[in-house]
Amino acid sequence: MRGKPHRRWVRYSQKSMATGSNKNAAAAQTAQLGSFVYLPLIAGWLVPGAGHFLLGKWKRGALLAISIVCMFALGLAMHGKLYTSAQDVLDMLGMAGDLGNGLLFFVGRILGLGSDPVQVTVADYGTKFIVVAGLLNIISAVDAHNLRTGRKS
Amino acid sequence: MFHPSHFAAVFLFALFASTVFGITQRDTPQRMFRYGIYCFALFVGSAIVLSWIMFLIAR
Repeated sequence: MRGKPHRRWVRYSQKSMATGSNKNAAAAQTAQLGSFVYLPLIAGWLVPGAGHFLLGKWKRGALLAISIVCMFALGLAMHGKLYTSAQDVLDMLGMAGDLGNGLLFFVGRILGLGSDPVQVTVADYGTKFIVVAGLLNIISAVDAHNLRTGRKS
Repeated sequence: MFHPSHFAAVFLFALFASTVFGITQRDTPQRMFRYGIYCFALFVGSAIVLSWIMFLIAR
C-alpha cells in the first residue's frame, strides 16, 4: 500500500517533464536559434505571437497575434483606459495587466491613447479588454518559452 | 467609438480568450480546437445563465 502513492508520484513527474522527443526538438531549436533560451519569451511579450514565429509555429503565432491585437484594439476603440500610474492596489494590478501587452502598451502610451476620462459603461468594458489582452499575451509568451525548452511539443 | 451591446462584448471577449486558451493549453491541433470550443461555450453559457439568475433576483 505504501508503494502506491510513490509510484503514482513518479508517473506524474515523468508525465509533466519534457519527453525524449521534446528534448531532441529543443536541442535542434537551440542549434538553430542560439543558446539564449528566453528569446521567445521576451519576443512573445514585446510583440504578440512573435515567440511562436521565432519557433516556426506560424499558424499558432498568427492566431495568437490576431486575438491579442484585436482585443487590445477593441479595448481602445471602446475608449478603455491605459493605466498610467499605480496609486492604489487596483491601479497596480491594472498596470501589471496592461504591461503584459509589451510594445502595444508603450506605443499606446506614446500616442496618448486610452488617456481620455470617458464616463460610459462601454469604456469600462474596454479597460477590461486591454488588461485581459495583456494577461493573454503573457500566457502566450510563456507557451512559447515552454515550446522552446521542450516542455511542450 | 465602438459601442457594442453587452452580449456582443461577451461574445468577442469569449472568442479571443478561448482562442488563446485553446492554443496554449493543449498540444495537438484537434485538441486545441475542441478545448477552444469548450472554453467559448463555458464563457458565453455562464454569462447567459448568470444574467438570467440576476434578472430573476432583481424582479
